[in-house]
Amino acid sequence: MGLKHTTSFSQMVTHMARIDFFVRQRIVAFVVFVILCGLVYVSIVVTEYDVAKGFTSIPKAVRWSTENFYPDAASFKKINKIATRLSDTIITAVTATTCASLLAFFFAIIAATSTRPHWLFSLVSRAIASLFRNVDVSAWALILLFSFGQSTFTGYLALFFVTFGFMVRVLIETIDQVSGDSIEALRATGAGAGAVITQSVIPACLPQIVSWTLFMIETNIRSATLVGILTGTGIGYLFDIYYKSLNYHAASLVIVAIVLAVLAVEALSNTVRRMML
Amino acid sequence: MHVPTPHTPLPRRPFDRSSFVLSATLAILAVLTIYGFTTFDTNGVDMDMALDMLGDNAKTLFFAPGLSNVTIEGLLKNLGVTVALGFLTTVLGAVIGMVFALASALNLAPVWLSVVVKAFTAVVRAIPTVLWVLIFAVSAGLGSVAAVLGMTFHSAGYLIKAYAESFEEVDAGSIEALKASGADWWQVVGQVFIPSSRAALMSWTFLRFEINFSTAIAMGAAAGAGGIGFDMFMASGFYLNLREMGAFTYAILIFAVLLEYVATKLHTKTMQG
Repeated sequence: MGLKHTTSFSQMVTHMARIDFFVRQRIVAFVVFVILCGLVYVSIVVTEYDVAKGFTSIPKAVRWSTENFYPDAASFKKINKIATRLSDTIITAVTATTCASLLAFFFAIIAATSTRPHWLFSLVSRAIASLFRNVDVSAWALILLFSFGQSTFTGYLALFFVTFGFMVRVLIETIDQVSGDSIEALRATGAGAGAVITQSVIPACLPQIVSWTLFMIETNIRSATLVGILTGTGIGYLFDIYYKSLNYHAASLVIVAIVLAVLAVEALSNTVRRMML
Repeated sequence: MHVPTPHTPLPRRPFDRSSFVLSATLAILAVLTIYGFTTFDTNGVDMDMALDMLGDNAKTLFFAPGLSNVTIEGLLKNLGVTVALGFLTTVLGAVIGMVFALASALNLAPVWLSVVVKAFTAVVRAIPTVLWVLIFAVSAGLGSVAAVLGMTFHSAGYLIKAYAESFEEVDAGSIEALKASGADWWQVVGQVFIPSSRAALMSWTFLRFEINFSTAIAMGAAAGAGGIGFDMFMASGFYLNLREMGAFTYAILIFAVLLEYVATKLHTKTMQG
């Protein structure tokens, strides 16, 4: 009798808990929804975003684009200039990324838990990386304009700084994930710090390092366009010139060129990644 | 058994495609980098002098920040505008992203639809956000409408891809179990897809908020979206005021570090399941 009673009681409790769980879930979802709506409303007020104008602008933009924003015959005469600026921008992005990755690797080695000489190095290295990655690339570009003016070097350094900060973070994770055990094995044989790095850390992490570098090259080609608008260099500046002189046909050709370049680099790096990893 | 001695050469290692691709990629990157350095356009700027100046400028920037053209209330208000712009575009991007991710995850949508949506979003993502904003600015005028529309577009493109990939990782067994019990498409989405990928969805969305905060700064500087980015643009281009620049830099740095901290916490939680 007693046993039967407890069983049905526990069944009842489970049943109650189930209802309670679903009800609670619904209440939480509702509260989150209300808070989100409130924050969206505050954001609309603060940014002075005109919601109605936002909706009407989309069809307007589509109509305008189909009527004016396509490359015409005259704009194709500028294709050589666009190609040169685009390749300059891509080269700048590649150069900044590879250099930043290389420097980031050293900072990651002294910061990763499995390879650091002392925890203090880790702290300093992480703090420096955090500073460089958390100031936005456009802010770095504006800051560097003070010293380097409108030269390619301004954009190069801005991309370099942010990439360096980002790469230190991901490479620390990579080193700790990939090479933890093999480092311990090598240390047990009496290998020194140099041997551990060249024989274990580098071979184990290199595919990952290259993969992240390729990812950052893709990101940086896009960022380089923005930086170019701010610093007056590369493909971004060329777009800005055409855009401000209302030469929309040429400006649209610049966009087509950027899209093709970004998609090509993306496809290329995906292929490399697939064959390498 | 054949034992290699110093006189018999070791047998050649068989061709390893992955290490060949790795070396080739490294070689190409090295060549491009060296080529990049030889062709830098210095635009008549004296590099030695500039590097000297960089040290002094960094000192002013980080050790003597101060406000002159903007009050502290103005700075905080404009930081708020930038944060709000990032938040608004993330939410709008997330809503659009969710709808199209459901239409492009291979385990939810027909293949043809998935291919169409994925190809379209790849193009949307390939165009940098600033260009999206400038395209919308022609018909909407420079300002918050163009900035919101352009940033929403790029965010949606990014989140469609991220959400769709999260959905595609959902366990096929649970989907089949629910379908076998007679659940329709909406029930499968609501009871399997959303709950099992919720942590990943949140992590991606927050990551995008982090990106959109940065982008909102950039749009203020390059596309007239206002906020702290515009203040930085004025300090850099018009007032040439490094000390004020330092104050703005600290403001965005503190907020970005805070965001990154939350994002990392969310990400670790996702990884643990």
